[in-house]
Amino acid sequence: MTERERDSVSGTETTGHEWDGVKELDTPLPRWWLYIFYACILAAVIYWVLMPAWPIGNGYTKGVLGFSDRNNVAADVGALRSARAPMFERLADASTVEIAADPELQQFARAAGESVFGDYCRTCHGAGGAGAPGYPVLADDVWIWGGSLAEIEHTLRVGIRADHPETRMSMMPAFGRDGLLTPQQIGDVTEYAISISAAGARLDPNRAAAARGAVLYQEQCAACHGATGAGDRNFGAPSLNDDLWLYGGSREEIRRQIELGRGGVMPAWEARFDPGTLRALAYYVHEMGGGEPDAPPPAATPAAVPEPTQNGPPSAPLR
Amino acid sequence: MDKATLIDTTARADEHGIDARAVNSKESRALYKKREQIYPKLAQGYFRNLKWAAMIVLLGIYYITPWLRWDRGEGRVDQAVLVDFEGRRFYFFFIELWPQEVYYITGLLILASFAIFLSSALFGRVWCGYACPQTVWTDLYIYVERAIEGDRNARMRLDKAPMSLSKATKKISKHAVWIVIAAATGGAWVFYFDDAPTLFRNIFTGQADPLVYLFIGLLTFTTYALAGTMREQVCTYMCPWPRIQAAMIDKDALSVAYRVDRGEPRGAHKKGDSWEGRGDCIDCRQCVAVCPQGIDIRDGDQLECINCALCIDACDEIMEKVGRPKGLIAYDSYANADRRKAGKQARYRLIRPRTILYGTLMALVAAFMIYGLATRQTLDLNVIRDRSPPFVRLADGSIRNDYALKLINMTDRPRQVRIAIDGLQGTRLQAPTLSANGDIIVQANADSVTNVRIHVVAPANVGAGSHDLRFTIHDTETGDVATSASAFLAGGPP
Repeated sequence: MTERERDSVSGTETTGHEWDGVKELDTPLPRWWLYIFYACILAAVIYWVLMPAWPIGNGYTKGVLGFSDRNNVAADVGALRSARAPMFERLADASTVEIAADPELQQFARAAGESVFGDYCRTCHGAGGAGAPGYPVLADDVWIWGGSLAEIEHTLRVGIRADHPETRMSMMPAFGRDGLLTPQQIGDVTEYAISISAAGARLDPNRAAAARGAVLYQEQCAACHGATGAGDRNFGAPSLNDDLWLYGGSREEIRRQIELGRGGVMPAWEARFDPGTLRALAYYVHEMGGGEPDAPPPAATPAAVPEPTQNGPPSAPLR
Repeated sequence: MDKATLIDTTARADEHGIDARAVNSKESRALYKKREQIYPKLAQGYFRNLKWAAMIVLLGIYYITPWLRWDRGEGRVDQAVLVDFEGRRFYFFFIELWPQEVYYITGLLILASFAIFLSSALFGRVWCGYACPQTVWTDLYIYVERAIEGDRNARMRLDKAPMSLSKATKKISKHAVWIVIAAATGGAWVFYFDDAPTLFRNIFTGQADPLVYLFIGLLTFTTYALAGTMREQVCTYMCPWPRIQAAMIDKDALSVAYRVDRGEPRGAHKKGDSWEGRGDCIDCRQCVAVCPQGIDIRDGDQLECINCALCIDACDEIMEKVGRPKGLIAYDSYANADRRKAGKQARYRLIRPRTILYGTLMALVAAFMIYGLATRQTLDLNVIRDRSPPFVRLADGSIRNDYALKLINMTDRPRQVRIAIDGLQGTRLQAPTLSANGDIIVQANADSVTNVRIHVVAPANVGAGSHDLRFTIHDTETGDVATSASAFLAGGPP
């Protein structure tokens, strides 16, 4: 090996390459850098021994410290759950007034409710309870099954047309699909429904058709929707007097609902959530804007609110 | 040994046999050179005393400030100066700032910038020489070094001497004291961020947050490294200010300078010889010996010089001894150097357009900040409109929008505020969690942000589109008012 050229100013060897008269110094690595580099190599080897490191087939080297992120997370979740348990227990026994009077409890109910709503309800009902065609708006003051905290919570518990024995059940007949009414008759009922609703102001119902429809309405619809179309929460029959429509408010959409009698399904959440979480969720929905005051004291309507504990042991859901 | 040993004067140069070479002088500056240790000699005189005073005052401020108490009432830390990250507050005596008010800090930084511009325009690098933490702590470290190892010559001899028990003892005790000072520096820093007495106890009982120990360790390391081992290299290689300062000074700015016209030609001077035909500089190199930056001020103004003025003291002492007027090295301006060369009288112009401009700007910024602090609002309102759903149609056809109101009460007592809206006809307010309707009065909790949800309901005929809406809160007692603009959205028919 030949002696390499040394730079006269710095005394450092050059790489021997030359570009247009410029030569590159082959400056050795700084010592401090080199030592840190060696220390890093050593640290890596120590890490392999102590911590999970190398993949082997379906497993990996576990490391002698027994570190596991999965176990840590499980422990953290467990600790969080037990730390929150007393608040959920307090919540399970509180009414809207009591929750509102206790800022700590209220904040907890809102946060827990919002979190659960975001995970399980928002997909259909939209953020903030905005609703979508076929999925009721929760932020307004229209309730098909009742808008007090107890009623909302009961709906959550048993679901709608769900697989719960006490589920809220209503069935609008498919007057068109099942041939219960002729297309002409459905048109007449549509005009009548428009005429008794606030939509009459904008849709200009055909008076003659509406008069024919009124007779059909009293025969076919009044049993559930009421003689005046005010609806009945006992049957889950929506009011027809306002201008809010679950499946759309145009003439065609109203007619289509009479033809098809659509009805959605909401799962029963009783088996998924403990009573505290259900109360928090109900409180969150109640607070979206349209919540109604609590029902009169239990003495007046003893059977209005089913006792949570009577419906079997509460499960232990994730939250 | 160089010519310094040849001097035969009343200067103490040969008594101590010093090797007064300026390690960073212009001629010995080379890119590939390794750092050479500098052994600053103790200077004595006016500027040294000024620097001692500055050091005591500045270190005093730094160490004592966190321990000053200030009564802030129940449940809050009674500390005069506190940066409370956890509670998101900054306390400075009677001033309490919230995170959204950091513009006061911006104002303070602008003020500090103008202050350093002004000081540079007047006295050159006076910040570098007297007040910069790097200078102050380096000065303290050199003081310790001198106390343990002796002055310049003793230190040089010690470093050259072979290792011995006494040398080891001196070196170890020096570094031990340095580390204690460094730890105290880091230790004092963390007191600005938490209650000092509590934290002090917790640090020693091991109960303080790991972050506290981390920061103490970090500042201990930087103090020890920067003031103990790196010193002048920080100013020369790390600090951007020497590069910027050229733009801040002009030919009338004062800086430490060697008066070439008086000093040259320099040379050794025997007692009794005539001063005719020669300069006042006897080349005793005392100015070099005291320099903490390792330069020779007689090379002229240079980037390495921090204007600490210790060479002035050293030179004045010699001039007195040889019976020549003081001020061979003195604060001087470029303009005066030129004037003297031209045989004119020196002239000091501290008041000139540049300094007047800086001074005026400082006064303006300060006045602006004082006005801001004096008229600071303690009640504020933020309104966030719910975006999902954008609006809600109610059974009676009316339209509702939902808002999250943040009532910001920056006083230490709860306040009752009335919430009102204007800008939209026929609307009414609803607070879902409050029983009151119409007039909504809520409590804004002390020293915190209170969240209130408000529903605004407009009649069905409000019209599609966005409408301007303004929220106002009135303090029912003091009459303080805060407003926030928002919008009301409505859609067309369903």
